[in-house]
Amino acid sequence: MNKKMVLKIIPWIIPIGTILIWQLIASNEWISTRLVPAPFTVLTSFYQLVMSGELFYHMEMSLTRALIGLLIGGGIGFILGIANGLSKFSYLFTDTSLQMIRNIPNLALMPLVIIWFGIDEGAKIFLVAIGVMFPIYINTLHGIKNIDAGFIEMGKMYGLKGWALFKEILLPGALPSIFVGLRYALGIMWITLIVAETIATSRGVGYLAMTAQQFMQSDIILITIILYAVFGKVADLIAQWGERKALRWHKSYIK
Amino acid sequence: MGVPSLAERSTHQKKAVQILLQQIDKSFGDKTVLKNLNLEIESGEFVVIVGKSGSGKSTLLRLVAGLEEPTSGQITFNDQSIKDSKLSATMMYQDSRLLPWKTVINNVGLGLKGDWKEKAEKTLDLVGLYSFKDQWPSTLSGGQQQRVALARALVHKPSLLLLDEPLSALDALTRMDMQNLIEKLWLNQGFTALLVTHDVREAVKLADRIILIEDGDITLNIKNTVKRPRDFSDVMLAQMEKKILEKIMES
Repeated sequence: MNKKMVLKIIPWIIPIGTILIWQLIASNEWISTRLVPAPFTVLTSFYQLVMSGELFYHMEMSLTRALIGLLIGGGIGFILGIANGLSKFSYLFTDTSLQMIRNIPNLALMPLVIIWFGIDEGAKIFLVAIGVMFPIYINTLHGIKNIDAGFIEMGKMYGLKGWALFKEILLPGALPSIFVGLRYALGIMWITLIVAETIATSRGVGYLAMTAQQFMQSDIILITIILYAVFGKVADLIAQWGERKALRWHKSYIK
Repeated sequence: MGVPSLAERSTHQKKAVQILLQQIDKSFGDKTVLKNLNLEIESGEFVVIVGKSGSGKSTLLRLVAGLEEPTSGQITFNDQSIKDSKLSATMMYQDSRLLPWKTVINNVGLGLKGDWKEKAEKTLDLVGLYSFKDQWPSTLSGGQQQRVALARALVHKPSLLLLDEPLSALDALTRMDMQNLIEKLWLNQGFTALLVTHDVREAVKLADRIILIEDGDITLNIKNTVKRPRDFSDVMLAQMEKKILEKIMES
């Protein structure tokens, strides 16, 4: 066997070994299969969830919540970041308050949010929106403030002002930083959603996990955990792809 | 091909601007940078301002660019205030200030409206970088970046080109290339040029007139009538360079 093949196989020894040992433990019932279901059982349940359409029914709901929350929270964070980066008055007026609110963990608001919004969609979307708003706000603000003042002076010298100055210089200059904020916000989005979906719901991946817990279906709980991992990874890949597209000019992307 | 005299240049180029600075004072807080400074720059003239760092030479350039307001005194372009005159002034800086997120051609076209692409391509050709038009600025060398910045300044057909030590970050050979290029384009296009530098040799090579600024005031104002293109073996140039350097050193 050549060296390349060996190098390709090495990273997979631990994951595959784990699954084999896991299967061994389960099939010999060294630990109760109700606590640790066999890998094969998990696969079968996954197949059943997919075929019955149940999985997509719940995934759709979770994705909708995540996206709406991201759009609202991210949008507000972006607008505030731009406004405070450009206007000293706006910065003075809002930044201190925003920084105070930022230091409250968004999940600590949960009891209050349930009283305010009840247990319906509003509560979950609100929590996601609050969570994603701050990383996007801070990184947008940082991006705008860190644009080389020389670029702005040069732009004005060449007749750019208002919207043109924003579009040609301020926004592209802030974009690398905004993407950092976005990727950070995506992480917070999923964490918030996972917790928020455990409050009384009738639909969503979190609901799937909670009902599975009540019926001791550890296989389904495992599936939901894997699902969240996949969601997170896919979201990050999409963000990375967008970053590569939008920042083609950036040193780190020029080949 | 004969090089046109100053008088010829200013007549064939009606667009160039005549600049008058009268009793200019400029201070930042308690610090006075320019004191009662008077200067007249003829239309189409190439004036070079030399001086040590902190002498106020860059401030003078920024005042003419309209980036700063004088504390007192007035600056006029063809007898009009800077704001009223519709004349276009463009500027080259020490760093190229090319926008890294725009390709070379889009950097040159910055701020142009309408059908600008062809104009930008032609100007890029003038500085010899047409083939680089679709590259990102960060892939160019420092000298190439300054050439693009020069194209960006010239595409507006300025009546005044301001140059704030644009060559000081370049290596000696590239700098000589750029000096020749700037001189050539200035001769062809006939704009008024105002260059700030601390390189006396550069000043002597390019200037119709050399102005030395010390402590916020003009202490030397020398006409340089040596024929272009100039060669450093010329005795007149060497004497002029020596005279200016001696004046700078004695203070």
